[in-house]
Amino acid sequence: MSINTKIVDDFVANGIEFVTTVPCKQLAGVIDEVEAREEIYHIPSNKEDEGMGLCAGAFMGGKRPAIIMQNTAIGVTVNTLVTLTQYYRMPLPMLISYRGELREPVACQVEMAVHTKALLNQLNIPTYHFHKESDADELDTILKYTFMCNKPVAILTDASFWGGYGDQ
Amino acid sequence: MIRSEVLREIAPILRDHLVVCNIGLPSQELHMIDDQPSNFYMLGTMGLSSSIGLGVALAQDKTVISIDGDGSVLTNFGTLPTIANNVADNFILLIVDNGSYGSTGDQPTYAGKKTSLAAVAKACGCENVIECQDKDTGGVLQQAIDSKKMTVIVCKCDSGNIKLPVITMDPVVIRDRFMKSVQA
Ligand SMILES: [Mg+2]
Repeated sequence: MSINTKIVDDFVANGIEFVTTVPCKQLAGVIDEVEAREEIYHIPSNKEDEGMGLCAGAFMGGKRPAIIMQNTAIGVTVNTLVTLTQYYRMPLPMLISYRGELREPVACQVEMAVHTKALLNQLNIPTYHFHKESDADELDTILKYTFMCNKPVAILTDASFWGGYGDQ
Repeated sequence: MIRSEVLREIAPILRDHLVVCNIGLPSQELHMIDDQPSNFYMLGTMGLSSSIGLGVALAQDKTVISIDGDGSVLTNFGTLPTIANNVADNFILLIVDNGSYGSTGDQPTYAGKKTSLAAVAKACGCENVIECQDKDTGGVLQQAIDSKKMTVIVCKCDSGNIKLPVITMDPVVIRDRFMKSVQA
């Protein structure tokens, strides 16, 4: 089973029916898998804060949401995470491609990577870092934890986890 | 008419539906005029009223009305293509367009100058877009609800604010009673 299938299987098994995405090269396969699943309403968003608004609405409407995005989005969404998702106590699993880590070919990505964990830590957002494929064994437990505590939770997935980036 | 007068006029229509209300004065005004558990007041996050409302509408069958402002739509312009391409026929976006950032002291917005939000919404692919004058909003809103077609209403009104208190209700209470209204 591919890692993309495993991730989306865990989403579905945890009742996630509403997924918004902002693309990243590393996430292309998992986004395709989300799009292909009957059980999931896939709604691409134009910006990650918009996506978090959609997820907040879907949650209040009775559907479990998730967002898939790049770590650069943490810079975009601080206000939304704090004054919407956290302030109203809503669950939000965030599957995040952790660009700018080992095997990253694009130097500029490192500039946001060095702030990513610090920002998540400052926001008191529970954060998990998937570096090896077997780290994803914990995804099911992380999703259960997210909907238990009604918080945004970050799952950082780096280039090594995805088996490298590009042609390296 | 100014926004609070428009809200006062449409409150009898709003009270029977799920309403997501924009941050700042619009929420404070609606809260004062006709507080309902089916109103979701935004206490933060300018720009996301339409996104939250669309999310609620896509997740369940009851009619959802997002009350937004011209300034807030300009802040989250990406919402209009998302709305256009994810049709929820139980969703109405009501943009109260007074041509100004009301909650921050009525600084002019581009919507009060050259930019037509109705034209933008149409260009984004929204199929039912109605621009109306303030006094006609109630009728237009009721028609949109009855049509059961996703509709974007741009209500042109005057800028101006009334003095009123902030909302002190706890956000989790706002969210909880709103969710109970969804399930009711
Ligand atoms: Mg305005």
